[in-house]
Amino acid sequence: MTETGIGARVKRKEDFRFLTGQGTYTDDINRHGQAHACFLRSPHAHAKLGAINAAKAKAMPGVLAVFTHADLAADKVGGVPCGFGLTQKNGKPQIEPPHPALAAGKVRYAGDAVAMVVAETLAQARDAAEAIEVGYSELPAVVDTAGAPRAKSAVHDEAPNNVCFEWEIGDKAKTDEAFAKAANVSKLEFVNNRLIPNAMEPRAAVGEYDRATGNYTLYTTSQNPHVIRLLMGAFVLAIPEHRLRVVAPDVGGGFGSKIFHYAEEALVTWACRKVGRPVKWTAERSESFLTDAHGRDHVTKVELATDREGNFLGLRVHSIANLGAYLSTFAPMVPTWLYAPLFAGQYRTPAIHAEVIGVFTNTSPVDAYRGAGRPEATYVVERIVETAARDLKLDPAEIRRKNFIAPAQFPYTTPVVLQYDSGQYALAMDKACQLIDYKNFAKRKAEAEKRGRLRGIGFSAYIEACGVAPSAVAGAIGARAGLYEAGVIRFHPTGSVTVITGTHSHGQGHETTFAQLVSDRLGVPYDSIDVVHGDTDRIPFGMGTYGSRSIAVGGSALSKAMDKIVDKGKRIAAHLMEAAVQDIEFKNGAFRVAGTDKQKTIQEVAFAAYVPHNYPLNELEPGLEETAYYDPANFTYPAGTHIAEVEVDPQTGQVEVVDWAAVDDFGNVINPMIVEGQVHGGIAQGIGQALLEGCVYDDRSGQLVTGSYMDYCMPRADNLPSYRVDMTHTPCPHNPLGVKGCGEAGAIAAPAALMNAITNALGIKDLAMPATPERVWRAAQARGARAAE
Amino acid sequence: MPTVSMTVNGKSVGKTVEDRTLLVQFLRQDLGLTGTHVGCDTSQCGACVVDVNGHAVKACTLLAAQTEGARVTTIEGLAAADGALHPMQQAFMDNHALQCGFCTPGMVMSAVDLLKRHPNPDEQTIRRELEGNLCRCTGYHNIVKAVQQAAKAMAR
Ligand code: FES
Ligand code: FES
Repeated sequence: MTETGIGARVKRKEDFRFLTGQGTYTDDINRHGQAHACFLRSPHAHAKLGAINAAKAKAMPGVLAVFTHADLAADKVGGVPCGFGLTQKNGKPQIEPPHPALAAGKVRYAGDAVAMVVAETLAQARDAAEAIEVGYSELPAVVDTAGAPRAKSAVHDEAPNNVCFEWEIGDKAKTDEAFAKAANVSKLEFVNNRLIPNAMEPRAAVGEYDRATGNYTLYTTSQNPHVIRLLMGAFVLAIPEHRLRVVAPDVGGGFGSKIFHYAEEALVTWACRKVGRPVKWTAERSESFLTDAHGRDHVTKVELATDREGNFLGLRVHSIANLGAYLSTFAPMVPTWLYAPLFAGQYRTPAIHAEVIGVFTNTSPVDAYRGAGRPEATYVVERIVETAARDLKLDPAEIRRKNFIAPAQFPYTTPVVLQYDSGQYALAMDKACQLIDYKNFAKRKAEAEKRGRLRGIGFSAYIEACGVAPSAVAGAIGARAGLYEAGVIRFHPTGSVTVITGTHSHGQGHETTFAQLVSDRLGVPYDSIDVVHGDTDRIPFGMGTYGSRSIAVGGSALSKAMDKIVDKGKRIAAHLMEAAVQDIEFKNGAFRVAGTDKQKTIQEVAFAAYVPHNYPLNELEPGLEETAYYDPANFTYPAGTHIAEVEVDPQTGQVEVVDWAAVDDFGNVINPMIVEGQVHGGIAQGIGQALLEGCVYDDRSGQLVTGSYMDYCMPRADNLPSYRVDMTHTPCPHNPLGVKGCGEAGAIAAPAALMNAITNALGIKDLAMPATPERVWRAAQARGARAAE
Repeated sequence: MPTVSMTVNGKSVGKTVEDRTLLVQFLRQDLGLTGTHVGCDTSQCGACVVDVNGHAVKACTLLAAQTEGARVTTIEGLAAADGALHPMQQAFMDNHALQCGFCTPGMVMSAVDLLKRHPNPDEQTIRRELEGNLCRCTGYHNIVKAVQQAAKAMAR
């Protein structure tokens, strides 16, 4: 391993600019003559929209325009499209009501945009927005997830019972049979709490129109600029791709919430031409709370059938998933295909059946948030497995070990569609047990008890399906796009390299990881390699970054492009050294004639390719640049075990996370420092879900109660522990790098581990997330009362 | 509209601004110092922290006019004139204490201030002192390590 090659803890290329205040985030971009936009948003969750009177606003100082849905309709601006079409269990398509970019006829959630004001300054735009008069007649709001199908009011006329889809997976008859012969059935009912992603950079967009060329440029906070170009260009604004450039510059975190195409970015792109000025919009945090797509929000029942020894026989799951007021880009996919296919977990459960009902409510749209479906699935599986262990009085490690899919069983086809490619589940769990010193837990518990504290331990042996996705599979289940990735390796004449990727980095450090990859493989110094991402004009195509796909799919595309570089380089080198192509070997940045000391460095070969004075021009084109597209053969399956240890203070209800062991298997790892960082951040978000975060809407009015950092409890430095992080490495067998992806693991594993630990400490079956001091205190008091009886 | 003058990163600046201009807007929009970020509208995220007269301050809680005559240092002014990183910046880089970089300027400015008051802080002190700075990416683990490294480096 070299200092900058695969496996090295290389410091990040991107850090210098971020640490010196020289990053370029969307709100840092100012275009000449720029005007500012502000959106007037509905104060009501559900209301009929009456007249909108903007006359006063339009006359205010600095105001350039006020737009409403009528203006969009006059210009034939389309609605915000959904990128996924689910087929229901009755064979019919999901109900897919229109999603107008500015509310038409009705407002459907508090925060739904009603009008757009463009003015010389932001302050003027805000002042004018306040002067717009809107007539609303309020309608009853549909808020409760489980109650939505029975609500008296309908969010959309197209879905009178608020049901978007009813969907199922697995073999119902076989699962019923398994339950009929079970010695034990363990059951749980719970809510997977709704979360607000809260990337620290609020969403922003700047639109610019060039009258001379007819070209549009949109700078936007996106995880996938090409997807925005596709959706916005084709469905909303009818701008052909070659006239539309989308740039996602430095982006301050995404966690899924910046995958989706949002109305505001389309509206600034449309409005900049209308007013003849670049138009900028930046969300205030309050707007982010209201309008960024939220995550999770399931109401679930799960049952696990086992024999007397704890062997799993069958699993049955029923979930109602809240989709919010409109279908966001991937909304129907998240609680179905990204969720239920993970119900086998790491286990050999032979029969599984799951049903999911997706409902509309008068709340913000709900879509992918870090892990997207897989944290919810892991919560289902790992909470019920823990419950079964308790019901059967088995050790939680033991019941898992007993049911793990063994390494010799791969490839392993689960009863819920997926074919797992590789894994060593017991190895990771054993390592995690060692890391946290599981065998001495009882001693620590006894010691804590002397201090009046309740100590608990909890496991989560998770699996995820990452590296989305084989396009044929994605298409078959309803994705309206392919999910391959593109990469370019461009040698310059003097030997430096530009690496171009269709994935997007918004914290993941691709500029470093991909440079390492290329340096390692092509033997080019790390410092002579730069990575380009986030600009549709500089990148052939790309599907962006989500679903832990960047290294597995984007890295594999680069690997294929490098294969082509080496192939071409061999032919050039053979010519230069007057040898046969089949005798040329490539290693450590040099082409050698096998068995001789003749060699040409890759830089010399690149120079020859660009200055082809001595070059096989009748067989080869000049230049050394290769493009590759990679469409994965399968998902990748990162997996591992996290173990949480907590202490509960029964007097205050405070939970302290005292230890955390994470052993993950991401296959091969390019930069362990970056990977560990991803694990830390993921765990923090998972702890956030279990302990602190919960999005609350008022039951009746549908107002967002947790709409600021005063009300929505974000994990802060003093809420969290340090983590023990380790790995096992089982290479992915079907991609060229043997990598699996690491971005979501922590968020997927953590909530179940933590809730298993807290319920273990309290000696109770279940507790709702987030486990706030109040909830924990009540549970501790009830336990005390029971003990006293 | 009032004129405000102050010293920012060692340079004197003066501008005429609207009364309601916040310090953070003044820095970002009037001076083009976009390294100072805005992450919230309730003064709770810490993305906007700068140094005003030797104290870490959330630049979204002050009007520009309130800092008339002050000495302000932003993230752009933290490194040495020759470009050498401040030990805190270096420690953040060495310990992978930043991912997306959005919280980073405020986090670094707060951490520098923390060490002024606690030159040799333990983990708990660091965590408590940084609770006014939100980071959604790192889980704080490596930020704690970075502050510890910087404390050692600065003690030398
Ligand atoms: S911008 Fe959030 S505290 Fe100042
Ligand atoms: S590094 Fe992204 S918010 Fe801290």
